[in-house]
Amino acid sequence: MTQQPYLPILAVVAGLALLPLGLSSNTVLNFLSFAMIITLAAQGWNILGGYGGQFSFGHAVFFGTGAYGMALLQVRFGVNPWLALPVAMGLGAVVGFAIGYLSFRARLRGSYFALVTLAFAEVFRISANAWGFTGGAAGVLVPLRLDPANMQFADKRIGFWLALAFVAAVLALTLAITRSRFGAQLVAVRENEEAARALGVDALAVKLKAITLSGAITAAAGCLYTQKFLYLDATLAYGPWISVEALLAPIIGGVGTVFGPLVGAVVLLGLGEVTKTVFANLMGGSVPGVDLVVFGVLLIICVAYAPRGVLGLVQGWFRRKASA
Amino acid sequence: MSALLAVNAVTKRFGGLVAVDNASIEVAQGSITGLIGPNGAGKTTLFTVIAGFEPATSGSVAFEGRDITAMPTHKRAIAGIARTFQIVQPFAGLSVRENIAVGAFLRHPARASALAKADAVGHQVGLGAMLDQSASQLTVAGRKRLELARALATEPKLLLLDEVLAGLNPSEIRDMMPVVQAIRSGGVTILIVEHVMQAVMSLCDSVYVLAQGRIIAAGAPGEVARDPRVIEAYLGHGAAARMQAQAAGGAHA
Repeated sequence: MTQQPYLPILAVVAGLALLPLGLSSNTVLNFLSFAMIITLAAQGWNILGGYGGQFSFGHAVFFGTGAYGMALLQVRFGVNPWLALPVAMGLGAVVGFAIGYLSFRARLRGSYFALVTLAFAEVFRISANAWGFTGGAAGVLVPLRLDPANMQFADKRIGFWLALAFVAAVLALTLAITRSRFGAQLVAVRENEEAARALGVDALAVKLKAITLSGAITAAAGCLYTQKFLYLDATLAYGPWISVEALLAPIIGGVGTVFGPLVGAVVLLGLGEVTKTVFANLMGGSVPGVDLVVFGVLLIICVAYAPRGVLGLVQGWFRRKASA
Repeated sequence: MSALLAVNAVTKRFGGLVAVDNASIEVAQGSITGLIGPNGAGKTTLFTVIAGFEPATSGSVAFEGRDITAMPTHKRAIAGIARTFQIVQPFAGLSVRENIAVGAFLRHPARASALAKADAVGHQVGLGAMLDQSASQLTVAGRKRLELARALATEPKLLLLDEVLAGLNPSEIRDMMPVVQAIRSGGVTILIVEHVMQAVMSLCDSVYVLAQGRIIAAGAPGEVARDPRVIEAYLGHGAAARMQAQAAGGAHA
């Protein structure tokens, strides 16, 4: 226990914030912004899955709700994006609470809970694809109007800094949770729900709080996604790709740790980009899906050899060095 | 002394099996009350009903004169009932201190005071040197102490101890008994399920004997141990008569 537990967060965020000052490459900036969005989605997953032990395979349902909420509020109702964002996060929270209430009250755990979340995400995806209001299969296009008041930035660095600000806030929030009563109860429920209840923990309430918060955070990632790409369809918003990345990033980075989702997202997307580039050069053209192969291999390696992720490996390495 | 806990005619059925059959017990304020009986008598089942993990099929449970039969587990903990598990249930991924802190957070919402409470309870049960260890590294005796510490950290009025001495060697039992006595001296009423007779005899003020789900005897530990029905429940039908005959034969010789 250091006196300044928030110092590492400040240092990491400051380091990341300075990165774009030395870089002018659009590719790198795009990569960094996208990595922050995935980090945010993964941070949402990590609160429920990493700390609460409730593994969701369908975080797309929150991401997509945030993304569609953000797009439709602007396009259909003319709401300013700065106002639409908190509303869309609220929608994510509502969806989280509803799914949590239905599944946790029915005492769904483990793979049953995972399957139910997957099913919810699919239902949302298919509905969004079919419904005219959401633009159906054609999707929604948010009109381009570069203006900070419209949360669209001519300078890509500002978009990155905005996403980073969200990541920073969630890093601080996650650390605050781990140091709170709610955090202790959440981890207790993950480790042994019966024992937790015997100690006065209202397991249902704790899990509901976690999934509501998780839904809001992952929805924020969806909002930023909408503002970055200004286009959505059902597969982008509710597709399995984001469910997979939201859970892979914490698992690879270090599940149930403050920095795990950030480390995992950067490693995951970084390796994905490198693989795509290498294969494109080797084959003389892009090979779609090759990054997914890498993700799969990474997951297998992680589960088999580094169940505590990259951060766990680094910690173990330092511990061995210290004791040697 | 008034009854802190009153179990009235509780029956618990699992399908066709009657695990607890019309059992009534009272635990006096400030006492250590024992619940003994042969394996499979229904002791742990009665505990789970008292702690709210299983609903009673019929009958009622009152705590401090208030009916708590329908109260969920976590609310009973808030009301002041804490239990340990016969099969220890540590939060394996957490340190000893963090384990105890989960209990301490019940009455201490602030982190600093919950951690201070956890440290104090850890020292009280003899885990002071192991607070920073992972709970999964503890020995069996250590895990039993951790069970006790976590329950104690919730600052209960009534502590339900389910075989905290089982699986310990004689010297570990000798170490543990003063800990239990000290908890009672601190004002906590204790209901204890135990197989280690030496401990039951020296710790308990009164004892209930459960056999095949029914309360077959109650009273001071010494009396209960001489009760023919109790001897038969443990050693089989006719055992009391045979022992008496043997004792009489021994006196004649």
